[in-house]
Amino acid sequence: MENSRRSFLKVAGITALGIGTKPVLDVFASSGGHGEEPKPEVYSNEKALTAEKWGMVIDTTKFHSAEDLAPIIEACHKIHNVPDLPDSKHEIMWLWEDEYKHVFTHREHELINDRIKHLPFLVLCNHCEKPACVRACPTKATFKRDDGIVLMDFHRCIGCRFCMAACPYGSRSFNFRDPRPFIKEENKEFPTRMKGVVEKCNFCAERLAVGKMPACVEASNGAITVGDLDDPESEVRELLRTNYTIRRKPDLGAGPSVYYIV
Amino acid sequence: MLELALKGDKKYWGWVIALLAVIGVGFAVYLKQLDFGLGITGMSRDVSWGFYIAQFTFLVGVAAGGVMVVLPKYLHDYKAFGRITILGEFLAIAAVTMCLLFIIADLGQPMRAFNVILYPTPGSVLFWDMIVLNGYLFLNIVIGWNVLEAERNNIHYAKWVKPLIITSIVWAPAIHTVTAFLYCGLPGRGFWMTAILAPRFLASAFAAGPALLILLCLIIRKVTKFDPGKEQIQSLAKIVTYAIIINVFFLLCEVFVVFYSRIPSHMSHLQYLFAGLHGHGALVPWMWTSMAFMATSIVLLVIPATRKHEGVLAFTCVILFLGTWIDKGMGMISGGFVPNPLHHVTEYMPTLPEILITLGVYATGILILTILFKVAVNVKEEVSGVTDSCESC
Repeated sequence: MENSRRSFLKVAGITALGIGTKPVLDVFASSGGHGEEPKPEVYSNEKALTAEKWGMVIDTTKFHSAEDLAPIIEACHKIHNVPDLPDSKHEIMWLWEDEYKHVFTHREHELINDRIKHLPFLVLCNHCEKPACVRACPTKATFKRDDGIVLMDFHRCIGCRFCMAACPYGSRSFNFRDPRPFIKEENKEFPTRMKGVVEKCNFCAERLAVGKMPACVEASNGAITVGDLDDPESEVRELLRTNYTIRRKPDLGAGPSVYYIV
Repeated sequence: MLELALKGDKKYWGWVIALLAVIGVGFAVYLKQLDFGLGITGMSRDVSWGFYIAQFTFLVGVAAGGVMVVLPKYLHDYKAFGRITILGEFLAIAAVTMCLLFIIADLGQPMRAFNVILYPTPGSVLFWDMIVLNGYLFLNIVIGWNVLEAERNNIHYAKWVKPLIITSIVWAPAIHTVTAFLYCGLPGRGFWMTAILAPRFLASAFAAGPALLILLCLIIRKVTKFDPGKEQIQSLAKIVTYAIIINVFFLLCEVFVVFYSRIPSHMSHLQYLFAGLHGHGALVPWMWTSMAFMATSIVLLVIPATRKHEGVLAFTCVILFLGTWIDKGMGMISGGFVPNPLHHVTEYMPTLPEILITLGVYATGILILTILFKVAVNVKEEVSGVTDSCESC
């Protein structure tokens, strides 16, 4: 009796172990280059906007007050079904504004000129070259595409918030509650999120894929430009060549792809 | 052996039922959290980890602290600890179980937890934390159970257990090191970004864990017929003494580096914790209490007369445990998030539901500890008289 119970438990244990480790083994197996199974092919839209390495230049000299930024932020949040939550602690922000001393914490000084001191700056995910959030994520729910855009898989995210602790720019938000009741007008072309997952700016990857410019670019009257940082002929490279630009916390080495003309 | 946990007097069952009641309340509130989301906690966009992760961090230390009775016994052949190694191992089981429960309680989508195994990501420290914690749990269950069963049958434990014991001794510092690496490798968090974090975690673990063991030994002596032993308790007290001194020394090293260099992104967190920042200082009284508790415990431990007096020692262990708990369970995690990377101050305090869920997890751990200690102590009582000749005990 004792014996058979033991052997049963042993078999059950080994079986459970097998079920648990199979996917892990599959991962190692699939990286081994068996390549016999036909891989699904993904056709890209002919009109899709592509780049070797996406980047953004924000010309802050074209902004004067928070009112100039409001429509840009609204365009972004509306298109991406970002909820407007009553409790500021639970706020979801993809694109928002803050003061120079908070945005450029390493460059702040007391005697800076009045324009910069009081000018609101746009803040968003920096789509870093070496994103700390991607390094921290235990499930690859957040990942960097070959073209430099850092994305979120809302369906894989377990909500551990390691990425939020890792991001040195405070660019990530967590759904502390069901966001859907707080979306004023739902955009059916973009998914809403559920409670318990992290989200952030996605560089409008869904719009670039169909040939549209990011929503903030369209709403900015030419103050925001996106383009290929690897292409010397691109508009962003032209702006970087002809203007003095700064990035947020460059000393951390994350390599942010968002540049500010000040 | 588990059947030993089913026989007990009224006091035992009253205790078990009380714990089950606390677990029940915690679980009910957890169901509410599952339904509403983590918004029922005090956490926010700025302070995105709170009480759960802090308790997890502290308890990893308690679990690792158990090795302080296992190591002297098996690596230095310090025979006196043979009587209580099982208590260290069983404490580790209860503590790691609580750690895992706190992680689950903290997940936004707990039903997706297995994604960590389905999409293994060795670049993430959390992946390794999962491996070391589960591994340590597994090791302690196997070792504890086999050694205790052998003791009950008055035989030497099986040969294959010894390599596992050695592994577990190396594994214990690893669990707390990996846990520290969760924090200290993050580029934008000046408070945690220090190489002393893992050593500090270990020092506080080796103080808090054995201090708790001393208290448990004293309780066991009082409520059962098994005496863990005077020498054992005194040896533990010496370990606690060294560990708490090293812990405070490491903290002061950190304070020197931060305040002499005066780099704001590192300094502002300690300022927030100990003096308040921009008018926010909810943790200030807590942190100073923690410092006072740790300093007092050092004095009482260093003086031989107070260390050797078991009543004073019990008091010392209580304040030391509370002091290290405040330091890690309250200051360490939210201190790292305040101010946030944009230098805004959003304060954090746990909410009532959050505290109830936390108590539920603690009650679960204490229930596991009660059952395991009951089994261990009953076995010790059963075999008392023959234990002295048994090498494995």
